[in-house]
Amino acid sequence: MSADKFSNPVVRWIDHRLPVFSMLDHEKYDYPVPKNLNYMWNFGVLAGLALAIMMATGIVLAMSYTAHVDYAFNSVERIMRDVNHGWLIRYIHMNTASFFFIVVYIHIMRGLYYGSYKAPRELLWILGVVIFLLMMATAFMGYVLPWGQMSFWGATVITNLFSAIPLVGDSIVTLLWGGFSVDNPTLTRFFSLHYLLPFVIAGVVVLHIVALHRFGSNNPIGIDAKGPQDTISFHPYYTLKDMVGIAMFLLLLAVAVFFFPNAMGHPDNYIPANPMQTPAHIVPEWYFLPFYAILRAVPDKLGGVLMMFGAIAVLFVLPWLDRSPVRSARFRPVFRIFFWLLIIDAVLLGYLGAKPAEGIYVILSRLATAWYFLHFLVILPLLGMFETTKPLPKSISEPVLATAKGA
Amino acid sequence: MTKSTPDTNDVQDPDRRDFIVVATYAMGAIGAAAVVWPLIDQLNPAADTLALANTEVDISKIAEGQSITVKWRGKPVFVRHRTADEIARATTSNDDALRDPQLDDARVQRPELLVVIGVCTHLGCVPLGQKTGEVRGDYDGWFCPCHGSHYDTSGRIRKGPAPTNLEVPPYTFLSDSVIRIG
Repeated sequence: MSADKFSNPVVRWIDHRLPVFSMLDHEKYDYPVPKNLNYMWNFGVLAGLALAIMMATGIVLAMSYTAHVDYAFNSVERIMRDVNHGWLIRYIHMNTASFFFIVVYIHIMRGLYYGSYKAPRELLWILGVVIFLLMMATAFMGYVLPWGQMSFWGATVITNLFSAIPLVGDSIVTLLWGGFSVDNPTLTRFFSLHYLLPFVIAGVVVLHIVALHRFGSNNPIGIDAKGPQDTISFHPYYTLKDMVGIAMFLLLLAVAVFFFPNAMGHPDNYIPANPMQTPAHIVPEWYFLPFYAILRAVPDKLGGVLMMFGAIAVLFVLPWLDRSPVRSARFRPVFRIFFWLLIIDAVLLGYLGAKPAEGIYVILSRLATAWYFLHFLVILPLLGMFETTKPLPKSISEPVLATAKGA
Repeated sequence: MTKSTPDTNDVQDPDRRDFIVVATYAMGAIGAAAVVWPLIDQLNPAADTLALANTEVDISKIAEGQSITVKWRGKPVFVRHRTADEIARATTSNDDALRDPQLDDARVQRPELLVVIGVCTHLGCVPLGQKTGEVRGDYDGWFCPCHGSHYDTSGRIRKGPAPTNLEVPPYTFLSDSVIRIG
């Protein structure tokens, strides 16, 4: 790559000394992308966009927020009423948090369906699960900051999870709280970490992308690109395809922000925190509900906590649980059925997590939890051994050309 | 590489494509500006800050020769009940070569009451001269200890680095004993 490919002399001068433009150019034009990616491959970019929106609005919100138990709730209300455009900025931050999880859940489903976690992309997948965990921690601590009833009791319940750890549990909880209950020290440290973690996420995202670009994107038929005939340049083809997804994403986000800003929140969080009274029915944010259902399904404190964390831990070892050499579910008829069963199971867990822990809901939670682990720990390894897969195409181009001829 | 760049040969009128590209970028720029504006405008004073922009002062308790300092928009405002001698000195020195020429009449609504913002026009320190015993400078008004600006009994700059007179805030007499600043 010689520097003279840039016509702008300023760009050329800088690029000769600091080759950032060459690097961008390299990613835009030289990075080969399989030519058969569908819209499911938009969601990585959308997640990155959501992170950027969260950071931009979050930095601005922090300028008017006060991390103190006596002022936090009122400072958020002041943002909503008095700060110029504060209502807009906070509603964007709140709703983009939900959209971030929607986008990431679809991104994870895409990976599960098309086998994107399989060799040689295991580390790429694991870094993704790390990002997911960091997102959950960040979102949880962000939800505490407005210091409403749900903030306070959410913080109390989630930090108490650690008290299930034998011997040192109570000491760890005291350490997390900085006292003997969730109080001002807890709020201030959560604010500090809520500000820090998005930058950690951004760092892991960089690693995620470095790992991605090592072997390039997986694709809907899950076989490797055999050469230039199977790939196209990222720009303009996928930049434009991503723009379509981004436009849809922003449109839906605007609908939520302007017409249903509190639809994905809980009204109880507009009641100031009261350490003397727990609301009758506390639930976490919707994106934690499946895991919350697993927690409540187990009639043992430590067991419930272990199962809940295990539900995410199992994703770390997924590349070694699913030993089938075929990546894409398109060629795995039995896997495909079980994939959709898993999605239904996860949605059902989310529904159950929002319901009171009584009667039929408890029984269903236990069955759904059992199915979740059965899928990963038993069904996937067995499928890898016994499933008869459909024949794979010879190349990425082959099925594309066949369809073109048929049409 | 060549095969992956868009083929322009079959475009009948390349200008039409240029127009679309420019129009697209222009729309993108407008959209970006519309998004950035709220993020910048939130830095401006909030509604509750603006609501506190008035301060009412009871001036009946200020004895002749005495000064009080009140807070208005987060800044000190000097309210001085001037003595006849101070008024005389302020009005007679109008003809001097002032750095920022202004008549004393233009700086007061009633000669006995001088209201100025107590922030040195040099770099924003609060000048001395409000309390008894404080240095009042060579002209018996105020003296800024930071860089040595001297203000006279009308709050005008007479000596030192400050470029302009102490600012007179907008104020109105609500009655003979109460003024509202702002």
